[in-house]
This record gives sequence, structure tokens and C-alpha cells, in this order.
Amino acid sequence: MSDEPIVQMTGIRKDFTGVRALDGVDFTLRPGEIHAVMGENGAGKSTLIKVLTGVHTPDAGQIRLDGRPVRFHSPGAAQAAGISTVYQEVNLTDNLSVAENLFAGREPRLGPFINFRAMRRKARALLDDIGIDLNVAAPLSSYSIAMQQLVAISRAVDIEAKVLILDEPTSSLDRDEVAVLLGVMRRLAAQGTAMVFISHFLEQVYEISDRMTVLRNGKLVGEWATANLPESALIGHMLGREAATLEQIERAVAAHRVADEAPLVTATGLGRKGSIAPYDLDVHRGEVVGLAGLLGSGRTETVRLIAGADRADSGELRFEGGKVGGHNPRTAAARGIAFCPENRKTEGLVGDLTVGENMILAMQAARGWARSIPVARRDRIVAEFIEKLGIRPADPDMPVKNLSGGNQQKVLLARWMIIEPKLLILDEPTRGIDVGAKADIQRLVAELSGEGMAVLFVSAELDEVTRLSDRIAVLRDRELIAVLESEADMTTERIVDTIVAGGKND
Amino acid sequence: MSTQTLTERPSRSTLFDGLTRYVPIGATVALLVALYLGGVANYRNFDNPQVIAKLFIDNASLLVIAVGMTFVILSGGIDLSVGSVMAFATMACAWLTVEAGISAPLAVALVLAFGTAWGLLIGSVIHYFHVQPFIATLVGLFLFRGLTLQISDTDVSMRDVEFFHWGMTHVDFGEVRDGGFWLPYLSFLAFAVVIISFVVLHYTRFGRGVYAVGGSESSALLMGLPVARTKIGVYAISGFCAALAGVLAAFATKSANPLANVGAELDAIAAVVIGGTLLTGGAGFVLGTVAGVMVWGMLNTLIAFQGNLSSWWARIVMGVLLLAFILLQRVLARSGEKRRT
Repeated sequence: MSDEPIVQMTGIRKDFTGVRALDGVDFTLRPGEIHAVMGENGAGKSTLIKVLTGVHTPDAGQIRLDGRPVRFHSPGAAQAAGISTVYQEVNLTDNLSVAENLFAGREPRLGPFINFRAMRRKARALLDDIGIDLNVAAPLSSYSIAMQQLVAISRAVDIEAKVLILDEPTSSLDRDEVAVLLGVMRRLAAQGTAMVFISHFLEQVYEISDRMTVLRNGKLVGEWATANLPESALIGHMLGREAATLEQIERAVAAHRVADEAPLVTATGLGRKGSIAPYDLDVHRGEVVGLAGLLGSGRTETVRLIAGADRADSGELRFEGGKVGGHNPRTAAARGIAFCPENRKTEGLVGDLTVGENMILAMQAARGWARSIPVARRDRIVAEFIEKLGIRPADPDMPVKNLSGGNQQKVLLARWMIIEPKLLILDEPTRGIDVGAKADIQRLVAELSGEGMAVLFVSAELDEVTRLSDRIAVLRDRELIAVLESEADMTTERIVDTIVAGGKND
Repeated sequence: MSTQTLTERPSRSTLFDGLTRYVPIGATVALLVALYLGGVANYRNFDNPQVIAKLFIDNASLLVIAVGMTFVILSGGIDLSVGSVMAFATMACAWLTVEAGISAPLAVALVLAFGTAWGLLIGSVIHYFHVQPFIATLVGLFLFRGLTLQISDTDVSMRDVEFFHWGMTHVDFGEVRDGGFWLPYLSFLAFAVVIISFVVLHYTRFGRGVYAVGGSESSALLMGLPVARTKIGVYAISGFCAALAGVLAAFATKSANPLANVGAELDAIAAVVIGGTLLTGGAGFVLGTVAGVMVWGMLNTLIAFQGNLSSWWARIVMGVLLLAFILLQRVLARSGEKRRT
């Protein structure tokens, strides 16, 4: 097989209103290889794929397909050039039949009319070839999501793709279905199709891929042959180390934790089917408990149960010694549990309201809508927190959507700090924000716990977790596998080792 | 190489899913039969075939705009402009032939071309500027009603134009008093629209594209389907159908009333929904729309036979039926969702 690359992307840059999603990334794909693109959330994997498939056009850089420079302005154009994509969500229309979905837009015809008989025959032949057996005349909606995903892959395969991109195709598949998919991928690779594979299941990546490209924060970390990159090295590359760029925050673990007191929160066997396996965890006053793990390991799911955002279907949760029943975000807030969700734009802030209005929302909710907050008092509180958190611009009347990501995050934090919660849950509070704001937020978390607040802190960045946490809960594959307690364990290496070992043990 | 085969039989819920699609239209047909039998049982001469034929004479225009509306609703949109476009088309036919003295076939051709062009324009606005179809087509509702009244605020007669007598020329199928019936040419035009639409929707790439776009526009785009062409196309079809309905109205009444067909777009939407098409798009049949229009016509016929009821009763019953059918759709959709999760 020739080693001439089929796709060569060089110096790709892509900006989204002030955020650099990709910064000079190179990517090379050779015929017949399965190439994994690895990186944590926000590393730029999806953006890279979307640039290649014509969903986004790059701001700088060049794409060569078969040696010729190309520029795609739509997914259709990329498809016509031989680049097919299968996305994480099934992008088919489930109101049409399986056969129609396979051949939509290129149905066999007799004159101007679709030849349904020929289409069904071709569909059966295609699925046979892939190794799945369905009633092709049945509506797609009557099959499981997993099967729909395999139909989507069959469609992509049949479009005589030179390049097939699989973006998290296995996230909804069970073991057998994954086996079928990987089998199909091997067969296609043997026929010379080049594939880009994105998955957060490391086992699958190691099982199937020939080569890996690792991205972090929109930058290329490097490209390796899979055989030459051990799992621990890969995780290290993905998570990275930014310690040098962030000022060190003095860790004062002993001082934080209020000694000899019963835990504020105790979760016993708390779990939710399909989301997180039952776990035990407790959090004390004045303590920061970090949650570490790869994307999809169940970090968010763990805290959502404690926050009341999801309903647990097993185990029990105790707060201040009492059993918590009928847990939902409203009752949680009434108890003093504040939850800053991961996606601040859609789940947290109201973009068109001002900084001040956004800050005061939770306090207003806590007081009840009928009791207004005196303007003078409101202004004083808002000014105090703008000052305390260093929000820039320091203008309480600025619409929140005009602030940078870091400052938006601070506004969200301020909202919860105003109501002085007993437990503050932060899900990825520093994602996608600049280094300065990161340091501010970290300092603030340390301060709050110093004042006796309990904090649950989720972050993809291990440095951050180790620096801030008194204890660290480590997750892998939707299971809490260990709680690191001792001072000696508070290192990124220890966490990486725990994650890697956790997978080997079962 | 060991190749593993993965089999998934459509589960029992699947079979039910397949049948579920036909529940609304089945209900419509059952309702239609019940109304007819009720009429036969209660009124003399209701069993005369001409009663059925008359449905397609009185409602030919409604049928045509409802068919156009079916395309639009299947694609996930809505077209509120059809009633006004239809009135404008009738008025334009009258003005072009009576006032401007243009030959009638040419006038009709111009009107049809204009309706299509209007659909292309508004479809482009909806697609390229991401305007809500409800708002974009509301423009047409106001614009064309106003333009129609601007041309003439009183009836314009086309009785003197020979061409407009062609539409009511009828074909006899036996003597009416011997159990036969007759249909005018304009009904055959409406049938032609139904048949062509049926074939286009079910047997062409464009038609299946309409269903795909209505099922999920973003998926259709990612599948590389011509979404722009499809979305603009359905509004062009609806515009053409509205103009054609205006021409049929000119044939039927040989006069143009500037206040005709106020609210016809809503009658059409009601007929489409009662005919089993989902307002969210992606599911439905053009033949269901025919049944929906027939329900509307049958209600009016029953009221006419009763003789002492106000014609508004047709609207009242239609409102109740619409509510029932929308609830039925929701119940079916929700049970479908439940079974899948």
C-alpha cells in the first residue's frame, strides 16, 4: 500500500468569536489506516473533524486530498469528494424506512421514479455485506439506536468513501455491536479505506487503531504509532501539565478539614442505571473533594446525583446527618447545595441579562419571587462580588453574553456564593477559560473551603484537581474506582496510574 | 475471517409502529364512512351518487390548496398565504381577461407562473434567511388580500369570457335520476393534482426528500440531501396549487370576489391534519388529505340536508374534530416514544 497520504491538513487554525479552537494543527491520514484522534473535551477533535468534513471552513491552513488542495463549503461537497462521516448522534431520518435511509438522495430509479424493489434488494445486499440483518422495509424508528448507528455506518460505507470519519460511533453500542463495527472497520481498512476514529473508550482505540494524533487545547501534541504509545503515556499527553503556567496555590489540607466532625454529605451506594455505578463518597465541611477521570468516566454524573439534577435509582444520600428524599434542584438549593453545571451557556447564565441580574438570580429564587431585594442592597452585594472575584469589565450593567468565558464563569460562581451554600458543586469551572481567570477561580475555591464551605470539584485537568483537593475520587468507565486520601497520592502520576490500573483489574 | 452477523427483528412494538402510522388516517376514513351512513339513514336521496360527486365539485379548490399544504406540512413548514394567493389568482384572471383584454389561456398561464414564483420567493426567504414559515407566509396572507382589494373591492364577472365556461363542462356517468352522476372538468383537474402529488411524494427523490427534511432537517443536510431545493420546492408547489385553486374558483363561479376564501388556508391546514399528516412534519399521506377534505365537505352536505342548521355548525364540528385528531397524534407519538426508551 502506498504511503502517500490521502488527507494532509497543515497549519489548520479555526477561531470562534474570540476562542481559538484550533491553533496550527497538522493531521495526516494514509490510505488503509485507522487513525485515532485523541484529546479531552474541548481539545479540538470535533472542530478538526468539522473542518475536514466541510461543516466549518478553516481560518488558516491547507487541506490536501490526494495531494490536491481542496476547500469544502458544505458536508455535501466533502461527501462528493469521498469523505463520509458518521456522527455520535444518529443523523438519519427515522420516519423513513431502513432502505430509504441507506439510499436517500441516490435511490435506484426507473426513469424519474424510485425503484423500491431494486432499492430494497440493494439494501439487503449492503447490510448482508456489513453483517447485519434487518427488515429493510421497516421504518428506521423501529430499531434500537445502536442498530440505527450501524445503518448510518453502512450508508457511509456505501458512498464509496475514500475517507470515513467515525465520531464517537460506539458510545451507544453494546459489546456485540462494537465487535461488528470493529470487524467492518478492519474489512474496510483492508480494502484501502482510510478511517478517522474518535472514541473515548481507550480499549477500542487500542484494539483498532494503527496511529494516533493527540490534541490538547486546540494544539497538536503529536502523532504516534499506536504500538509505540503506552496507555499511561497517552493519558499523560491528553491531560497535559500546565503547572508551569499557573501560579502555585498553597495547599493547606490539614487546616481545611474540620476535624472530627461528621461528614456534611454521605452518599452510600448512590447510583443511577446507565449513568454511574453505585458509589460511596462523603464530603466534610471545609474540604475540597476533587473528581478526576477521563471524559465520559462519570465525573459529571456523580455530582449530578448529589446535586439533585438527576434522580438516583439506588443507594441513599444523607445531608447534615439526615436522609435526603425527593431530591431535586429546588430542594437541594433550599438545603444549601449549589450546583454550577458544566455548560454555563445553556444551563447556567441568561446571556441577555446583565452581570448584576445574573448574580442575583439565585438569591432572588431563595427569597421567593414576591419579596424584592432592595436596590441599594442589591447593588452593594453585586459590587462586592465583582470586586472579590475580579470580574472584568467591572460593570454590573453589562449583558453577560458580552463577557469572556472566564468572567462568565466568575459571574456564575458569584451567583452561588451570594446565597452562601454549605456545599458548592463545581463541574468543570475552568474549562475553556484563560489562565488568569483559572488562577482566580482556583484561589477562590481554596478561600471558600478555608472559610468552611464543602466543595465538590470536577475538572479534566489533573493539575488543578491535585492542587486544590484534600481528597480525590478517581473514576473510570462510569465507576468510582478509588478515593485518594494521603498527601503522597495527590499527584497527577498517581491519578493516571490509578485510572490505568483500574481498567486492568476488572 | 470470521464474520459475525447481527440480527435484529423488528420487535413487536415495531409492527405496531408500522401500523400506528395508519391509525389517524384509519380514524378519518371510519369517520367519513360513519358520516355518510348517518346521512343515508336520516335523509332521503342521500345515497344518490351525486352527493359524493358534489363533494369534489364544491371542494375542488380546497382540495388543491390542501394538497399543496400537505407538501409544506410534510416538510415541517406551514403556508398561511394560500387563501389570499387563491383570491388574488381569481381576481387576476378576471382583471387580465376583462379589463386588460388578454386572452384567457395566457392569463391563466401567467397566474399559475406567478403563484409558483411567489412560492419560490417565500421559500427562499424561509430557507436562506431562516425566517419562521409562519411569519414569512403571513406576509403573503396580508399582501395578496390587500392587492386583491386594490384591484377591485367589488365582484368582477367573467361570464363574458368564453374560456371560463370550460371548467364547468361536465362529463356524465349515467343519468342522475337513474343512479348516475356527473363531474365537471375542474374536478378532474383537482384529481390530476392529487394523483400527480401522490406519485411525486411517494415515488420520486424529491418526494422522499420532503419526508426526510420533515423528519429531521439537520440529518437530511448531513446526509447530503438537497435541503434547499426541497424546502423551496414545497413552497413553490404550494404557491402553484394556490394559484391553480384560484383558477378553479374562476371556473366554478365565473366571478372574482375580493373577499373570497378568507380563512381558506386554515380550512386546508385542518383538512391536512385530520387527514393524518403530522404538523411536525415527516409523516402523512396525500390521500389522507383527500379524506380530510371529504370530511369537511360531508359535514357541509349533512347540514344542507338537515336544512334548519346554520352553516357555522360545520366549523364547530371541524374544530372539535381537529382537537380530537391533534390529541390522537400526541397520544400515538408519546406511546411511540415510551416504547422506544
